[in-house]
Amino acid sequence: MSELTESFVGLVRRAATDLPSDVEAALYDARDREAPGSAAEGALNTILENVDIARDNATPICQDTGVPIFYVYHAADVSTLDLRQQIEAAVAEATEDSYLRPNAVDPVTGRNSGNNLGRGFPTFHFEEWDAEGVRVDLLLKGGGSENVGAQYKLPYTGSIAGAAFDAGRDLDGVRKVVLDAVYKAQGKGCAPGVLGVAIGSDRGGGYVHAKEQLFRPLNDVNPVPALAELEETLLRDANALKIGPMGFGGKTTLFGVKIGAYHRLPACYFVSIAYNCWALRRATMTVQHGEVSFQ
Amino acid sequence: MSRDPVTRHLTLPISEEEVRALEVGDTVFLSGIIVTGRDAAHKYMIETFIRSSRVPDSERDVYEELQRLLDEGVIYHCGPVVRQEEDGEWSFVAAGPTTSIREEVYEPEVIEHFGLRGVIGKGGMGPNTLRACREHGAVYFHAVGGAASLIADAVREVVDVYKKDAFGVPEAFWVIQVQDFPVIVTMDTHGRSIHDEVETASEEALRRLTAG
Repeated sequence: MSELTESFVGLVRRAATDLPSDVEAALYDARDREAPGSAAEGALNTILENVDIARDNATPICQDTGVPIFYVYHAADVSTLDLRQQIEAAVAEATEDSYLRPNAVDPVTGRNSGNNLGRGFPTFHFEEWDAEGVRVDLLLKGGGSENVGAQYKLPYTGSIAGAAFDAGRDLDGVRKVVLDAVYKAQGKGCAPGVLGVAIGSDRGGGYVHAKEQLFRPLNDVNPVPALAELEETLLRDANALKIGPMGFGGKTTLFGVKIGAYHRLPACYFVSIAYNCWALRRATMTVQHGEVSFQ
Repeated sequence: MSRDPVTRHLTLPISEEEVRALEVGDTVFLSGIIVTGRDAAHKYMIETFIRSSRVPDSERDVYEELQRLLDEGVIYHCGPVVRQEEDGEWSFVAAGPTTSIREEVYEPEVIEHFGLRGVIGKGGMGPNTLRACREHGAVYFHAVGGAASLIADAVREVVDVYKKDAFGVPEAFWVIQVQDFPVIVTMDTHGRSIHDEVETASEEALRRLTAG
């Protein structure tokens, strides 16, 4: 690939300082649903004003610019080594330009690398596709919401204030453990949030696929009818918990639930839940015939 | 004893009467001088001033300044991203709240000792802080998590900084002048906590939704 480093800096800047239009529209809808004068409405007004200011000033929407997660789809003749080096150079430059906070900490020494580069940092997933060119999807995933993600193994017996509930190895069991995770998160994941959920796979593959779900447009319809129905049910049930924006109580606890399913081992039934805060910072860049475009 | 939430503009220092009139759910726009402080700052205040039999001479100036600034003032749980301009002046680039519950073991004594009228943070605090709020006349102001650019915009001036070299930039006491810093009262002087109430209500809803 030709020199793309500056384009990748642009991708990072877009993700850090502006929200995708479907996310911003969903936050406006959520604001309009809350009771006038309520704490929930106040929180959403502050969020929306903050988004405007960040966009106008080209400053980060949130000071926790998270871990940059790159999903790269590429043609057979593209060097992934070359792409990785250019993306890493762009991440360091974007940090220097204050679009990203230095977030890469060595867990052994406790030292922050200062440029968001380190072993396994940022995160890359490469996949060859049967098409020309390259598409790079970027998610900036903050730590607060990452901390409230969860992985369940079905069957699961949960406990609510001393009373037990059983979640079996079926889609209703999936529904119950996802609700349990949303309840446990309360407002701590910076609600209202969006969930990416993966059913099946192994433990590692489950979380990767769950985060992939966060790239789906909020208004798309799951091609698997049973999952489409579960997404709708879960969104309704999660909002019936009335945790609300920031955990202040209110009508919108989640504004999206996206579910994928991978084949599983007979012995394993994992449900992997990636919670994303209201600042769902995703951006996409494609390169076709040398032309760069952003979505 | 609960009314509909209201919006108030308050200027620091805040009187006891003003703070006791606030109720959970109220939106407040704060203006005036506030001080940031998170983990290292709280540990330091407890060990060096509050539980210490004698304040060391080297820390006496900081102590006197903090006493002056925090009396009827507020402390903000925040680790800001700051920038030093060419003329040496500091400015806040991003300044959202950090999670408050880590200070639960310290906060009641800090509220009492310094006469705080409020604590700003996110996620709420526990029963000991709630009790201190009732006894000493203080509230928990919840800032909006992630609203980093907006809050940095509300910081009009960095007035001073204490313990920067000892604690590092995010952990230092930054003395800042704010204008219309938006917060929501989630724990009040009447013993109410939105965090407790929402958790209890959502627990009941979860029990219903997972039955059968």
